[in-house]
Amino acid sequence: MMEAVVVKNLVKTYGKEKTVAVDDVSFSVDKGELFGLIGPDGAGKTSIFRMLTTLLLPDSGSATVDGHDIVKDFRQIRSSVGYMPGKFSLYQDLTIEENLHFFATVFGTTIEENYHLIKDIYVQIEPFKNRRAGKLSGGMKQKLALCCALIHKPTTLFLDEPTTGVDPVSRKEFWEMLRRLKEENITILVSTPYMDEASLCDRIALVQGGKILSIDTPHGIVNSYPDALLAIKANEMYRLLKALKGYPGILNSYAFGEYAHATLRDAHTDTHALQVYLHEHGLTGVEVKEAEVTIEDSFIKLLH
Amino acid sequence: MMQDDKVIVCEKLTKRFGDFVATNEITFDVHKGEIFGFLGANGAGKTTAMRMLCGLSAPSSGKATIAGYDVYTQTEQIKRNIGYMSQKFSLYENLTVLENIEFFGGIYGLSDERIKSKTEELLQRLGLKSEANKLVGSLPLGWKQKLSFSVAVLHEPKIVFLDEPTGGVDPVTRRQFWDMIYEAAHDGITVFVTTHYMDEAEYCNRISIMVDGKMEVLDTPANLKNSFHARSMDEVFYQLARGAKRGD
Repeated sequence: MMEAVVVKNLVKTYGKEKTVAVDDVSFSVDKGELFGLIGPDGAGKTSIFRMLTTLLLPDSGSATVDGHDIVKDFRQIRSSVGYMPGKFSLYQDLTIEENLHFFATVFGTTIEENYHLIKDIYVQIEPFKNRRAGKLSGGMKQKLALCCALIHKPTTLFLDEPTTGVDPVSRKEFWEMLRRLKEENITILVSTPYMDEASLCDRIALVQGGKILSIDTPHGIVNSYPDALLAIKANEMYRLLKALKGYPGILNSYAFGEYAHATLRDAHTDTHALQVYLHEHGLTGVEVKEAEVTIEDSFIKLLH
Repeated sequence: MMQDDKVIVCEKLTKRFGDFVATNEITFDVHKGEIFGFLGANGAGKTTAMRMLCGLSAPSSGKATIAGYDVYTQTEQIKRNIGYMSQKFSLYENLTVLENIEFFGGIYGLSDERIKSKTEELLQRLGLKSEANKLVGSLPLGWKQKLSFSVAVLHEPKIVFLDEPTGGVDPVTRRQFWDMIYEAAHDGITVFVTTHYMDEAEYCNRISIMVDGKMEVLDTPANLKNSFHARSMDEVFYQLARGAKRGD
């Protein structure tokens, strides 16, 4: 069996007003793949994860995890997958060691049996093993939660926004841990609002408003960007953005780090005319060049 | 810039919790209308420093004035002259848009008349007129964040403190949010902002990076990239914060 997760036309609504959280979503994840759901808060990422981990029933549609149906076979799924919710959900008044021991026992295993899976991560929090989970820093909680989700050697790991609110250095370290786990042949589904993390996945789904906008490899998504993207710099970003918005040939423009990114209408591909326009609007230090398309540009294009 | 242009003046500001020095002798100034980026890894001491600057926590030692008021003795005046918003709490979810604006306007001591005109202007600018009587909790996150920023500057404070204002917001809304920040700064409001998005660091006039309680660097994004031979702020941050000993 090549596919670890298969999702077909999954729908989830909430409340009397039937607010749609997940809107006819379909995708599949191969065994051993590192698959990312990329999108902002409210995109439906958590609802998808909670249905796949059997914690929430879909309104319609179906899905399987390791060939088990998420409604009928919920027991098998619960014993074989690992889940790290976005909100810290371990026992705050148990210590690091007690939490880990508890989760190992509940899943009928021991810390020793699968220690090799968590070793790299656990050694970083081991000096504090007698500290209560509620007293740990954000980064340490995150590492403990990952250890607890891994201790029964899950076939598939669901990580819901593991890096939200985490600084860029800790985020990089976390993704290095995931790459190492992938080598253990664990299928990993991870969600994140950080577009720059998308490039670290094998494949990604861009999600917004309960819908999947696009699914492909990060490379594939970037390569299918339809327009020529320009990177434009000037001494004053605020005035540059304002001037670009007023340019007749502009299709879309927005800030992107030290540059503004912009796409031009077909009839206005002459960048020289744009340079002249910006000079006329009093901007100095103007530089216009071709931009390297990123996942974030693709996402903005899909929202536009 | 002129001396009297400084709205935040900090000299060796320090906060200790027992033996632990959360914020260690930070010294810096922020000018009127500046967008000042306050970066650092988790646990570097940012929140503690911000709490002192907002008059919420008394320093252990050092000096600081915010909008000309002393952080030891004039904390009430400080609170009246600043705005604050964070990703976690800013507005009451079970009040409507209108009720939130009225509530915060009242808290900041604006007259009913002023609240009325400000409300009108704000709803117009945000395009939220038809949503005025909806509960804030029912709005999408992006709208909530734009609304809470507008509420944080409702009383035209001298400084607005923004604590990770764009976390989890989609890339288009994130940029609309920054348009609002630019506009506020253009109107003379000083913006003090923390973020984990390094592209946003580029939008600040100056950036400081805290490491282990100390302010390790403070300069424009361009100068920082030059002095660290880095192509992006992400690289600068990584080089500095990688050496951090404490925190996560």
